[in-house]
Amino acid sequence: MGFSPWLKPSWAREPVRTTTGTANVLAGTELDLTIAETPVNFTGAPRMATTINGSIPAPTLHWREGDNVTLRVTNRLSKDTSIHWHGILLPYQMDGVPGISFPGIRPGETFTYRFKVMQTGTYWYHSHSGFQEQTGMYGAIIIDPAGGDPIRGDRDYVVQLSDWTDEDPHRVFAKLKMQSDYYNFNQPTVADFFRDVSKEGLSAVLEKRRMWNQMRMSPSDLADISAYTYTYLMNGITPAGNWTGLFRPGEKVRLRFINSGAATFFDVRIPGLKMTVVQSDGQNVEPITIDEIRIGVAETYDVIVTPKDEAYTIFAQSMDRTGFTRGTLAPRTGMTASVPALDKPEPLIMTDMMGAMGAHGGMVMDRGAHVMGPKTVHVNHATTEYGASVDMRVDTPRTNLDDPGVGLRHNGRRVLTYADLHTIGGPLDKRVSEREIELHLTGNMKRFAWSIDGLEFGKSTPVHFRRDERLRIILHNDTMMVHPMHMHGMWNELESSDGKFQVRKHTINVQPAQRVSFLVTADAIGRWAWHCHLLYHMHAGMFREVVVD
Amino acid sequence: MKPFLMTLIAVATMALSLSPVWAQETTTQAKKAGETENMPGMDHSQMDHSKMGTGKAPPPEETAKSDTGKGGDMDHGAMQDDSLPPDSRDPHAYSGGYDFGPISRPRMGDEENFATVLVDQLESVRTRDNTATAYELQAWIGRDYDRVVLKAEGVVDDGKFEEARTELLWGHAVAAFWDMQLGVRYDSGENPDRKWMVFGIQGPAPYWFEVDATVYVGEERHSALRLDVEYELLLTQRLILQPKIETNFYGKSDAARGLGSGLSEASVALRLRYEIRREFAPYVGIEWARKFGGTADFTRAADNDTQETRLVAGVRFWF
Repeated sequence: MGFSPWLKPSWAREPVRTTTGTANVLAGTELDLTIAETPVNFTGAPRMATTINGSIPAPTLHWREGDNVTLRVTNRLSKDTSIHWHGILLPYQMDGVPGISFPGIRPGETFTYRFKVMQTGTYWYHSHSGFQEQTGMYGAIIIDPAGGDPIRGDRDYVVQLSDWTDEDPHRVFAKLKMQSDYYNFNQPTVADFFRDVSKEGLSAVLEKRRMWNQMRMSPSDLADISAYTYTYLMNGITPAGNWTGLFRPGEKVRLRFINSGAATFFDVRIPGLKMTVVQSDGQNVEPITIDEIRIGVAETYDVIVTPKDEAYTIFAQSMDRTGFTRGTLAPRTGMTASVPALDKPEPLIMTDMMGAMGAHGGMVMDRGAHVMGPKTVHVNHATTEYGASVDMRVDTPRTNLDDPGVGLRHNGRRVLTYADLHTIGGPLDKRVSEREIELHLTGNMKRFAWSIDGLEFGKSTPVHFRRDERLRIILHNDTMMVHPMHMHGMWNELESSDGKFQVRKHTINVQPAQRVSFLVTADAIGRWAWHCHLLYHMHAGMFREVVVD
Repeated sequence: MKPFLMTLIAVATMALSLSPVWAQETTTQAKKAGETENMPGMDHSQMDHSKMGTGKAPPPEETAKSDTGKGGDMDHGAMQDDSLPPDSRDPHAYSGGYDFGPISRPRMGDEENFATVLVDQLESVRTRDNTATAYELQAWIGRDYDRVVLKAEGVVDDGKFEEARTELLWGHAVAAFWDMQLGVRYDSGENPDRKWMVFGIQGPAPYWFEVDATVYVGEERHSALRLDVEYELLLTQRLILQPKIETNFYGKSDAARGLGSGLSEASVALRLRYEIRREFAPYVGIEWARKFGGTADFTRAADNDTQETRLVAGVRFWF
């Protein structure tokens, strides 16, 4: 059923090929968007994509703060669809999540979204139906401040990163259910074992592997889906296609990075250029100059670069180091710069399994050592975490925000962390929290089951926020994967581990064995989605409904 | 071939005894097979052993839930015990009595059914004087925690089923890594057919030993036990060596099928496969099998060998 469009050769359908590259800009307050299947060919094999107005990425929507926008979305697919405006504050009926905000858009139907634009910055939009986001339904949103943008760039480019597979995403999901390491070809082998032994000695190697093997976890579990099936895209263009942004030497170039991948964290850098991060998730931050950013799925980062009269490669490698996408910043068309080699994949370490305790004890735990974490917290697991759906629980989480994460630790480059991000102007609501909600991100790697508090969405009940309350939410990651958690409709104001306001975001990465807390003001009445933005984790059930009433 | 077998067993034993924790772990497991609800705690009790040293967990502190989240302590030993900690949360407490709204809620992958067939072995088996075809497969349909499982194993010789074991089971996840399986087994082939009730447990033990342990209860108070353990050794990302040990025990002798009581047969196999794709891997291998006790007596009486070395070549595939 879901198979058919994939097996049909492109010529059997519409002859118009999907447009890729820097997307058309649609400005104005009345827009028409049409969703259809259009042919693409990223790998040499023709496939059908799900597109908005026939392009990947979808048109860039350019709004102004204070605009009342009307978006008519027409479904030309044979199944339901939807569009969610990611990070946009709006009435919940306009949020575009089928089954929560509205029933979805039926084939042939036009749904009209109407809302007032109350914020500024870089955002994006995508389908919230099935796996349509994986098959091409994503685009950028740029909202200009009503009173002029404090961030000045002479050039302004959207750099939208994504992952493409020629496979039917339903099949990808099914394969992961049958063999969760299906796409992982970086697993420790016998040769690695002997190499490590010759370097570190037998007992050290055995000790290191002992805990992983006892726990039946793999330190090479960096991503569910790798370049084995993925082709990584920059503005809908393959690395070979080399998306290029032009500039005049000396100009300030604003790059609006958006990770629209379905399952890929990208580590982005521009060799030869420092990047000054000025915004994240649409919110201006105190400028911070760095070499590299790990962009979680659904996050956005705006950076300013000042290139000289030469070409530079924008290099975005996948977190599992199996592939990359790249583009070029150049003063003239046709120029290229050298493309760096992929970094070597680094295994997860004890910190990623045991949090503070792992960090404290280092790679190898001393038997019998009484370890005192830097700051211990009282962990409250849910009763439902003691069952088949949960394969590990972290009792000594780490709470620090200054870890760039696996593969970026001590790589010699200045890598952005959440500890570097400070939203300009502080929190929107100065109240202290009245109530605390603690939820645990849970999973069973072997079964490819993902849940919150050990309960997949189908077994869950909504989380209730009382109208207008100021809440502290604690997300505690009981897994060894990083989860980009996205709450619809309300800002998440991340706190540092000592309770100071850090940064306002719509999507917060919670690293393995990490515990983060953020404040929410429950001022958006209605029903909202809250989920891991790794599409396959969300689909597996790492998803909650939030009721604000 | 006997020295070969001995070497293999020696190597296997060595591998198993590399870490004393393993032994500890398996005993715990065996003990817990019945009270499986608590098994996920197991993986953590291992963690505790390495940290707690004394094996005694400090008492959990009575910590009030405070905004600062301070307090708590080193009570991970107690927390990650097999039992539910008394202060664990009700996951539905945050709902405030709310349920899903008037719009029919989304159905995600956790409520979808999946189906797969893994033909682990489809092979030509050569012994000194014969060549036959053997198969072993496992299929399932269902969801993460409950599924219908089909297991089948058999030998076809000269176009006839020499022996076949087919099991139809309900598989239920009882712990993070373990599925309990209940159902029926049907034996057919050249010998009289047999029917059994099945109770089994399947999953990866610590150190990734894939275990399939099953108890059978048959008619006329027959009983049997089958224990399969296999391991996957990655020589490269695609070249995989799979050692496998299989043993069969019977509660009482079944002369019609040539089976004595006690340990009847054990085999050790090594299969080397190359995964052209994850779903398709040709392999070659060697298997040593030996019959024991009463079964060996029946075999000798029928003028057959009690020990056999088999060369195998086949494909492993799934879809």
